[in-house]
Amino acid sequence: MQTATQTSSFSQSRRMIAAATLAFGLGLIFLSGFANSAAVHNAAHDTRHAMAFPCH
Amino acid sequence: MLHRILWAALVAGLVAGLATAVLQHFTTTPLILEAELYENGEAPGIAQSGLAPSDSGGAAFGGARLILADASEDHGDEGGIWAPADGLERTLSTSVVTIGTAFGFALILLSVMVLADARISARSGLMWGIAGFAAAGLAPALGLSPELPGSAAAVLEDRQIWWIATAIATAAGLWLALRISKPWAIAGGIVLMILPHVVGAPHPEGFVSEVPAELSGHFAAASLVVMAVVWSLAGTVAGYVWQRGEAKQAATAAA
Repeated sequence: MQTATQTSSFSQSRRMIAAATLAFGLGLIFLSGFANSAAVHNAAHDTRHAMAFPCH
Repeated sequence: MLHRILWAALVAGLVAGLATAVLQHFTTTPLILEAELYENGEAPGIAQSGLAPSDSGGAAFGGARLILADASEDHGDEGGIWAPADGLERTLSTSVVTIGTAFGFALILLSVMVLADARISARSGLMWGIAGFAAAGLAPALGLSPELPGSAAAVLEDRQIWWIATAIATAAGLWLALRISKPWAIAGGIVLMILPHVVGAPHPEGFVSEVPAELSGHFAAASLVVMAVVWSLAGTVAGYVWQRGEAKQAATAAA
């Protein structure tokens, strides 16, 4: 019983961490591909075109 | 756990990002630079064409205003907003952003694999990476083909919304069809993958680019290859590093 509880709390914390790193990854892609800041756009310009993120 | 995901994704981001940056340097970037010559009216032969690029920033087509991608833009310092200078600085800037993007792709792939309780190895990482390419590369390209600076395009926000919705719908469709894989899930998945294309991507109502069509064609193909490479490498390397970490953990536990 205790093992089962431990396993489930382990897999829950595993899920929480994976959800957090997923959000971090999506945030990075938002910054490099979509952020509407002119300076970020200029720095990322060639990559945005190469990765076919909608640009301009 | 956190450390393992971040580490594997970081290594994958560096390896896949650097390899992709080199590929970009020789494939897509030269085409972008050449397209900018046409956009700025500096390309040979453009003066005789009778089309002054300076007045093509917005043109009326049947009353609809077209927004010319990149029309107001010039690379270099404009209005005090920083832009990398052409040459080494621009290459470095592009490479750093590509590495960051590859890191982001690897983080997304690994996180979803952990959430799915999938077996993580170099081989399965490659499979998930290919699925990522299908969702964020192939599917959006059907509606919004990879385009060079100077191409006519619809309003940016509309295209971004369609792109994001298409990537999410395709990823969810692939998940239903390949992970759940019951008859209803496969049918639902296929519907989800088709739906964005039935709705349709926002398009301009005319074509105004002065960039030769051959250049745009080469670019669209090169861009798809670049995306395929970054996604599959990010998945493979992330899976490989993760798998090595697992082997190390098992060895420590056995000792």
